[in-house]
Parts: sequence; C-alpha cells; structure tokens
Amino acid sequence: MAERQGADRNDMPLLVAEGLSKTYGRLSACRDVSFTLYPGEVLAIVGESGSGKTTLLQMLSAQLAPTAGRVSYRMRDGVLRDLNALGEAERRFLFRTDWGYVHQDPAQGLRMAVSAGANVGERLMAVGWNHYGRIRDTASSWLERVEIDVARIDDAPRTYSGGMRQRLQIARNLVTDPRLVFMDEPTGGLDVSVQARLLDLMRSLVSSLGLAAIVVTHDLAVARLLSHRVMVMKGGQVIETGLTDQVLDDPHEPYTQLLVSSILPP
Amino acid sequence: MPAMIDVTSAEKTFTMHLQGGVRLPVVRGVTFQVNAGECVVLSGPSGAGKSSILKMIFGNYRCDGGRIGIRHQGNMIDLARAEPRDVLSVRRETIGYVSQFLRAVPRVATIDVVAEPLILTGTPREEARRQAGGLLGCLNIPERLWTLPPSTFSGGEQQRVNIARGFISDHPILLLDEPTASLDAANREVVVGLIDEKKREGVAIVAIVHDNEIRGLIADRVVDVTTFAAAA
Repeated sequence: MAERQGADRNDMPLLVAEGLSKTYGRLSACRDVSFTLYPGEVLAIVGESGSGKTTLLQMLSAQLAPTAGRVSYRMRDGVLRDLNALGEAERRFLFRTDWGYVHQDPAQGLRMAVSAGANVGERLMAVGWNHYGRIRDTASSWLERVEIDVARIDDAPRTYSGGMRQRLQIARNLVTDPRLVFMDEPTGGLDVSVQARLLDLMRSLVSSLGLAAIVVTHDLAVARLLSHRVMVMKGGQVIETGLTDQVLDDPHEPYTQLLVSSILPP
Repeated sequence: MPAMIDVTSAEKTFTMHLQGGVRLPVVRGVTFQVNAGECVVLSGPSGAGKSSILKMIFGNYRCDGGRIGIRHQGNMIDLARAEPRDVLSVRRETIGYVSQFLRAVPRVATIDVVAEPLILTGTPREEARRQAGGLLGCLNIPERLWTLPPSTFSGGEQQRVNIARGFISDHPILLLDEPTASLDAANREVVVGLIDEKKREGVAIVAIVHDNEIRGLIADRVVDVTTFAAAA
C-alpha cells in the first residue's frame, strides 16, 4: 500500500512554473517560462551569460518575486502550494530541509571560518537535531560520501581547495535529505579534472537519492552528464526544450545549433 | 502476435541553420514492423539513413512526421509524440541501444558502466555487478580491466563494454548499430551467440551490420533503407 502511494506520488509534479516573467523597468530578464518538474527529474537550464538563466533560478527558488506568473511546489504533505502564498515558517522549512541550493561560489553557500563538520551539522541542528555525537557521525559519513578525508572534519573550508569546498557545499545541502536541489553553475571555475570528479559524484548522488534537480549551466557537457531534460534560453526566453540527448544530438533552433557546434571535441 | 515495433511513414529532415538554412532530407515514408523474437537488419550504403532510423526509434532524433509505435508495458506508445519522461521510461524498461561508440562517463569503472542499466531498474548492486562480470568475461574482457574506466581501452574493448551494457538488461527491444565493426573473429562469434540468445528469449532486434557473413547469421529479414530515400 505504501509502495503504491509512493508510485502515485512520483506521477504528480513536484514543481510547476506557469508563465514566469521578470522585468526590470523596460528590461525583460525572463519572459513567460512554463514547465513541470517531476520527482527524481534533473532539468538543465542552458544558455550564455545574460540569457536569463540565473533570474529564472532565483524565481524558481523563491528568492526573487516574479513580475508575472507563479511557481507551485508540492509540500511533503502532498499538497501543491503557490510559493508566493507560503508563510515565513513554511518558506524557512523549504530552505532548511526540503531544498538544497548549490552556489557557483562555495563561499556563498558555506561558512568559511567554521569547521567542515559544523558546516554540515548546522543544517541538522536547524531541523532540531541536538545530539552532538549523532550530528558528528552523520557529518563524517557525509564527508566520506563526498570523498573528503574525515581527518579534515575540524578544518575550516577556507583551508580547502576549490573542488573540496564544492563537495563540502554539496554535503551540507544533502544532509537534510532534500527532495529538490537547485544548482547554479556548480562546476564553474574548477579545473577540468576536478570538474569530472565533481560531476561523477553529483551524478551518482542524484540518482541514488532519487533527487530532483534544476541545474543552471552554460556548459553543455555538464547538461549532458547530469540532466534528463534541457531548456535552452536566449534573451530571457526558452527557445528549445526536450530530452537532453534529443536537444544536443538533434538541435532544431539556430541558436541551439550554434551552442552545440561551438563545443570543442575532447 | 502484435508487433513490438511499428514504424509508419516516419520522416526526418535536418535543417542546418548555420549553413544558411540548408535542408538535408534524410528519410521519408519509413514503414516496417518488427515482431518479438525477430531480427530485422537495415541495409543500404553509408549515408542512406540507417543510423538515423535507429535513433528515431530510440527517440534520440525527433521525427518530422509519421509514427514510431513501441510496445511498452503492454501498450503501444507513439515515441514520436511521447513526453520526455515517457521516452525515458521506455528506454529504462523497453528499448536497449548499442551505439557505435561508447560514451563513457569519466572515472566510472567498467564493471559499473555495464551494471548501471540493471541498477536503474532496481537490481541490487552486488547482483548487477555479478551479472556484469559474467558478460564481460563472456566477451573476453580480462578481469584486471573491470575496475578501470573504459576510456583508456582500445576501440574493440570499448565496443565490447558497450555491447555488455546493452545486452545486460532484459529489454524486449534491442537496437544495434554496427555491434561487430571493430571486433576480431572470435569476439564476433560471441556477439552472434548473444544475439541468438536474445532472439530465443523473444527480443525484437533492429540491427545495422555491414559484414555480409554476420548479416546472414543473424537476419530474419532485411529492410532496404534506400526505398525510404528522401528526394531532395
């Protein structure tokens, strides 16, 4: 019975965006974006700088109010709710528990001066964990999962390399068992070899935890490795959308063809 | 016995916007059926559109017209018009595809590359790895290579890893694009044996093979793709 309910729930959308637009005076940063995200689905939003991807991500994650349109999210009780109509407590619950947000710059998502263990433990304490030993055990098991040497648990992330910081940020986000993770250029600014390791790690975590994710990236290789579906943005609008391999192997729009043909062969 | 694959009047044209909007018609009026336990080989010269047809059946290339009927969990579903999540479900449960080249994920061990499709459909990791090892052994990939990522392997080894990954699931439909192209005689024979086994299990297969001898061994029917040539 429980299983049956689980299956039904996976058939219901987790997040629904309807006619999302954002204008700044006469400038239109994002125009009329609609899509549906299901549990366990990974959606990549691709496009060059200034195409509106980050504006869109901020609206989807309730950090920026849309000028028009709305975002609805299925809360853990199964009810689809308009994000704008949520109370402060519910919104806080989403940010602390049910959502993760991985910033391009780990310094924005981490507290750089406190220990790695505290960075991960803090999210647990925010949802009511208070047993020090259990918090520390959970934090160290998460460090292991993101391939950080547990001996570094008491070091602050400012002593970490860029790749380690990014992996720590991921551990901090996933420790509360979120259902949806937003990622803004998660591999931006990292060396290619570090990127590959991070991508592989994210890919296996996302699939083993059944996470839904919305990943903003300008890197089509990241979209190919991580996402099921892709939305291509240009000038604030979605110009092409579909299965990731369809859009990348058989791009229809001139701009998508330009993006795909601009990739250097490995 | 209803067909597993029912392609009707499917067509595909590429429009190259970066080359001044040149239109490249690939195929038109593609119509054929494949039944369970049957292997249909697509024939025709290079550039006739054989691989494009396989990709249309896999939902990798979008059709400009026509229908790609696929029997999925007891129902016919038109892949040319299916929602992305339905296409993914068809690929997870129903259609396996062995492409010409392995698209390897960096850092993932060969045995996990092969086991992944089973794990995705719920087989426990250890069991999936055991079956993956069995297939790799059968395809003569030495055990000392299993824990290495296949990106450094030779062309023939990569192709065998790709075949193992494609054959490990019990998909009722299998698409094979040149599965034996860079293999030696002994390994070609292994692949022919694996294909025979799939046919006996009732799998519907569409294959592209240039080697006449292999074609003679596996084909129940040959579909000549040049009859679907799209006049420019």
